[in-house]
Amino acid sequence: MLHYMEIIFTALFMENMVLSFFLGMCTFLAISKQINAAAGLGFAVLLIQTITVPINNLIYHYLLKPDALSWAGFPGLDLTFLGLLIYIGVIAAVVQILEMVLDRFLPALYYTLGIFLPLLTVNCAILGGSLFMVEREYTFRESVFYGIGSGGGFLLAVVALAGIREKLEYADPPAGLRGLGLTFITTGLMALAFMGLAGISF
Amino acid sequence: MKLLNTLLQKTAPLFNKGGRLVRWYPAFDAVDSFLMGSRHTTGSAPHVRDAMDLKRIMILVVIALLPCVFMAMWNTGYQANLALQALGLTSPAGWRGAVMASLNLACTPDNFLANLIHGSLYFLPIYLMTLTAGGIWEMIFNLIRGHEISEAFLVTSLLFPLTLPPTVPLWQVALGISFGVIFAKEVFGGVGRNFMNPALVSRAFLFFAYPGNMSGDTVWVGVDGLSSATALAKIAAAPADAPLSGLNFSWADAFLGTIPGSMGETSVVACLLGATLLLVCGIASWRIMASMLLGGLSLALLLQFTASSGNTLINLPFYWHPVLGGFAFGLIFMATDPVTAPHTNIGRWCYGFFIGALAILIRVINPAYPEGVMLAILLGNVFSPLFDYPVIQANIRQRRLRHG
Repeated sequence: MLHYMEIIFTALFMENMVLSFFLGMCTFLAISKQINAAAGLGFAVLLIQTITVPINNLIYHYLLKPDALSWAGFPGLDLTFLGLLIYIGVIAAVVQILEMVLDRFLPALYYTLGIFLPLLTVNCAILGGSLFMVEREYTFRESVFYGIGSGGGFLLAVVALAGIREKLEYADPPAGLRGLGLTFITTGLMALAFMGLAGISF
Repeated sequence: MKLLNTLLQKTAPLFNKGGRLVRWYPAFDAVDSFLMGSRHTTGSAPHVRDAMDLKRIMILVVIALLPCVFMAMWNTGYQANLALQALGLTSPAGWRGAVMASLNLACTPDNFLANLIHGSLYFLPIYLMTLTAGGIWEMIFNLIRGHEISEAFLVTSLLFPLTLPPTVPLWQVALGISFGVIFAKEVFGGVGRNFMNPALVSRAFLFFAYPGNMSGDTVWVGVDGLSSATALAKIAAAPADAPLSGLNFSWADAFLGTIPGSMGETSVVACLLGATLLLVCGIASWRIMASMLLGGLSLALLLQFTASSGNTLINLPFYWHPVLGGFAFGLIFMATDPVTAPHTNIGRWCYGFFIGALAILIRVINPAYPEGVMLAILLGNVFSPLFDYPVIQANIRQRRLRHG
């Protein structure tokens, strides 16, 4: 169990998707003006990461990696070159299905997540999660925890940024830096602070 | 003084609206208000009557820092003189040796004056560099943007040198304070609008950009050829079951501050003197101080009783943690910064606890960094709006329920 906690904590803090790898920047910067909206986006990412990373893990292990198809009678087949394509497809499909299911059964949640779900289809943090999972050769169980951790890391970072930006409503930046410019600087300073956690090992 | 006052009043029309030098008004206002106090009066209601304004708060913080400054000079000199004695020398090399010789002072650690002056030869250049480099940026931004120059910079520029090792190169000092003043303060619009402590950002910037000059064994004492690790580094290097075996000083020494370290952070006594003034005047939040101490101690205790690894710092008795490293200094002067800390009382409790726990966590289980207080406070700054948010939301909900 300790091992899985370690995966979650590493993905949350030490290897934060946004503040250490600078992935998912576009949504991170765009939808962080208010804490409410940012939390909505963050939970959407958390949900999708928790679903897609394990699914892609299964696909990788039973379809793509070298010798994966030996159960179907094709030993020696290596389909990893299809990985990128398939992971994106899976993410898009999962997002679509999730959207329809939520719309039908949980309309309240559907309206909270709103526009964010379809937007996340093309988010690099989501795809990055799947690619890191492959690169680090996580088992299925590890990938579940990694999905939770990396999605949670995005949630944490985007909510923190939104909190700061709500505070920065009262800031008075030079004209050229208003809006995105200041947000970039803010993100940089946040990443500086997050470096304090890099290097913790259990 | 009277002459100066008339001179200032006479020249005032030049800088006021319509005057020829109106562009330089912030500079004039700074000189005028630093020397004479504020001449501004509020024209229209509401009229708040309070003796405490930003100017007074900042000057009080500067006064509260004076014991730390004194200890910074004395201890830096003391450590350097100890090192000289160990090497069998009586005077340091370079210009500091020339100054000490011209004053006829032998550099021995028993000589109080020699310690103080030798130390000030390390501290003052760094402090003056900070004032000059940071002041230039402050002036440029304020002149162009027409802002008031605030005493807050005096606090930042005093905090920053106190967190540095005595041997840091002066150009790095200038670079660090420039980064802090510009990117952590002025781009957000100056005093009170930043979300991170500029002095700490400056230090963190130097820490990550030039780790060789900011940490390690050779930077803490100003004498070449002698390495002297900080207490935390010595403890980390000691065998796991006897964390205190490598130390050549006692808890009381660490409390008094006669140990190597960043210039202003070593003496807990000096920090406590400053804390007393801040608390009596109601400037710093006692909630943050208390909860940060509580957070640090409880995490140290927790780690001590649960984790059982070969990590020496885990086995360090918990009462050592607050007197080592920058814990006391950060707790009293950095974490309580009213701008970057939360504004609700419950938020402050959580914030302090978070920083204290995180500082000990980084210090103990992060092998990458010898000390965690600076980074913990920066992380606290990042999350400080989030500590306020639920409190404010709960309050809104409660009031809505009560008043419909």
